[in-house]
Amino acid sequence: MATELSVVDSAMPDHPMEELLRMDRLPHIWCPGCGLGTSMTSFIVGLQELDIDLDKAVVVSGIGCTGRVAGYVKLDSFHTTHGRAIPFATGLKLANPELKVIVFSGDGDLSAIGGNHLIHAARRNIDITVVCVNNFIYGMTGGQAAPTTPLTATSSTTPYGCYEHPFNLPYLAAASGAVFVARWTALHVRRMKDTMKEAIEKPGFSFVEIISPCPTVYLRRNKMGDGLAMMNYFKDKAEIRHGIDPKDAGIIMGGKIIVGKFVDIDRAAHHQMMEDQLGDIWPHDVVQPGLEEEKRAAKA
Amino acid sequence: MSEDRSVLTGDHFITGDEACAEGGMAAGCMFFGGYPITPATEVAERMAKRLPEVGGTFIQMEDEIASMNSILGASWAGAKSMTSTSGPGFSLMMENLGLGIMLETPCVLVNVQRGGPSTGLPTLVAQADMMQARWGSHGDYQLIALAPVSCQECFDLTLQAFNYSEKYRVPVLVMTDESMGHMTEKVVIPPKEELEVINRKMYDGPKGEYLPFKADDDLVPPMMKVGDGHRIHVTGLTHDERGYPVMSADAHETLVRRLIDKIKKNVDDIILVEEIDLEGADIVIVSYGISARVSYRALRMAKEAGANVGMLRLITVWPFPEKMIRELAKKVQTFIVPEINAGQIVLEVERCAAGNAETVLLSKLGGAVFQPEEIVEAILAEGKAPRKKASATKKKAGASKKKAAATKKKASGAKKTAKTKSSKKTTKKVGR
Ligand SMILES: Cc1ncc(C[n+]2csc(CCOP(=O)(O)OP(=O)(O)O)c2C)c(N)n1
Ligand code: SF4
Ligand SMILES: [Mg+2]
Repeated sequence: MATELSVVDSAMPDHPMEELLRMDRLPHIWCPGCGLGTSMTSFIVGLQELDIDLDKAVVVSGIGCTGRVAGYVKLDSFHTTHGRAIPFATGLKLANPELKVIVFSGDGDLSAIGGNHLIHAARRNIDITVVCVNNFIYGMTGGQAAPTTPLTATSSTTPYGCYEHPFNLPYLAAASGAVFVARWTALHVRRMKDTMKEAIEKPGFSFVEIISPCPTVYLRRNKMGDGLAMMNYFKDKAEIRHGIDPKDAGIIMGGKIIVGKFVDIDRAAHHQMMEDQLGDIWPHDVVQPGLEEEKRAAKA
Repeated sequence: MSEDRSVLTGDHFITGDEACAEGGMAAGCMFFGGYPITPATEVAERMAKRLPEVGGTFIQMEDEIASMNSILGASWAGAKSMTSTSGPGFSLMMENLGLGIMLETPCVLVNVQRGGPSTGLPTLVAQADMMQARWGSHGDYQLIALAPVSCQECFDLTLQAFNYSEKYRVPVLVMTDESMGHMTEKVVIPPKEELEVINRKMYDGPKGEYLPFKADDDLVPPMMKVGDGHRIHVTGLTHDERGYPVMSADAHETLVRRLIDKIKKNVDDIILVEEIDLEGADIVIVSYGISARVSYRALRMAKEAGANVGMLRLITVWPFPEKMIRELAKKVQTFIVPEINAGQIVLEVERCAAGNAETVLLSKLGGAVFQPEEIVEAILAEGKAPRKKASATKKKAGASKKKAAATKKKASGAKKTAKTKSSKKTTKKVGR
């Protein structure tokens, strides 16, 4: 017997991530083969698995293809200016320490124009998580060199090949004071998700780099194939080395990509340091306006 | 409860910078993100000491770009927030002042002006950022800028700046200067109950239905704070009422027009001026900040010398009191505009005078404030200048003056700023 379409339709399960995606904003703007979809998916699944109050989770992005993540996640989310996600996030976190603040942005955004903010937030050990999607390029503006573009790689502004040394971002973050530093590629969806969960739960400044294919303006120009080819590259060349000194995790054109959790140390986060240092100066019965009633009551 | 340290009621002998900090504290500021710069550093230093006393947060950021962003983030988390800076830092703040305007984020920025361009005169006075205050960030917008005339007003107007920013969801600038920032004067901080403190209106409807950029009749959308569970998206891109980006001419027109109109249509409430002897004056000094203070002395001296002179002191500089100047121009012979720059606010006065009155700029490029004598000389020189207007025009003007005086009375009776000694003089007047 035939089944009416309405019945078929109502039997269809909802999109498993509907709770955390702005369905009214989809489809997204990302190109086929781009690693951003996978990165965001891993992030969302990770959030779903975490036992945290998602009303208190907030995503802050800068500008770029990666910066668009803020617009798709159904959380309080801010799409700020180019490079400025971290100081915006710092203000959010310090004014309401109860928030789980996650910065999701691109390599150019976080390490070029926003590089100063990155190292200072790490130095201060602000309790936020930074997810940096490194596609070795400025994707959104059409493929200009980034501080992560490997030596010899071509981009629209390095037409004869790049002759500037790139940043090794985990090394930069760790040297600046991040207490949690990890790197995965867009291929490592499960590990990426688990690491994101760990990073979000970790008190202090955590930095997760995701190496991601940009077929449209990086791979094609460098004759590295499409998104799938890059996934194969990751499969062949990614080497898991937990705990290695991040200074040995630099990336060169055509070389292997060291991945894993490089740093996981304990150091009091900014807010804790502040409370300890201020001691009795800080009246414990007057608490930040953002704090929940229970916490206010507990403090009073 | 420990003693409430937010409002230090009593008589103080403090600098303009410190008074700005206290104005912020009295308004309920709970977050300060800043970067040291002469002559504004003392605002930050005072906040570093004071904020922890009330459970607030002070952070010295890595630069002024970060400072500006941090106060925006803090404001969205629900804390009233402020920063302070001077010329070079003011330039760095421009990018994200624009973000604050686009995201309709209440916050206060104190600019203790010094001589520019570039590093210029770090330790000496200027009023040369007045146009940057209005136009410094890219794109079309309106904001509010206030210019205090004394340390007392540094307190009063920083508090007032918070009130405007909360009411209109807009960054508000307090445009002071080195001379006032570093001057020490008596500042009276009234009891907390006597202060008028405005807090942003908050959305109180059901979860999931909140539209962060849907304005009420006053063109200002109610706010929420991050973590309230509304799960909103906020972007610096042109956006619709939901906060979602929309790349169209229509959406841009709707949004930007409202951002402009929410200030323009409320100028009656926003514009504060002090009117001194305008009735029947031939010459009117239009001035603000420290130059207005010197001008007042000059006004009295010139009157003794027989000049028929009045003064319009701009307390609110942006939005500019266009309508007032336009109407005054029909009645007076000359506007004299003393300012410590090469001629900035004078351009606005000239534009609004529209040829109905002469506009004279008294310009000093920074490094020193005016001497009253310099202004007296200009007044007396203008007083001797041949009259350009027909007596018929004068008569007509005289008739409408009565009406103006009546308006003034009503305005000052109906509204008051922070109820402190100095602001009692403040007259609110309509000026479109
Ligand atoms: C102040 C400023 N300068 C330049 C730009 C233009 N811009 C937009 S995105 C971008 C680069 C983005 O690169 P990345 O952060 O790596 O993000 P991706 O697009 O690769 O994800 C640039 C330069 C801008 N929006 N603002
Ligand atoms: S340009 Fe590159 S980074 Fe941007 S969406 Fe396309 S593939 Fe992804
Ligand atoms: Mg990139």
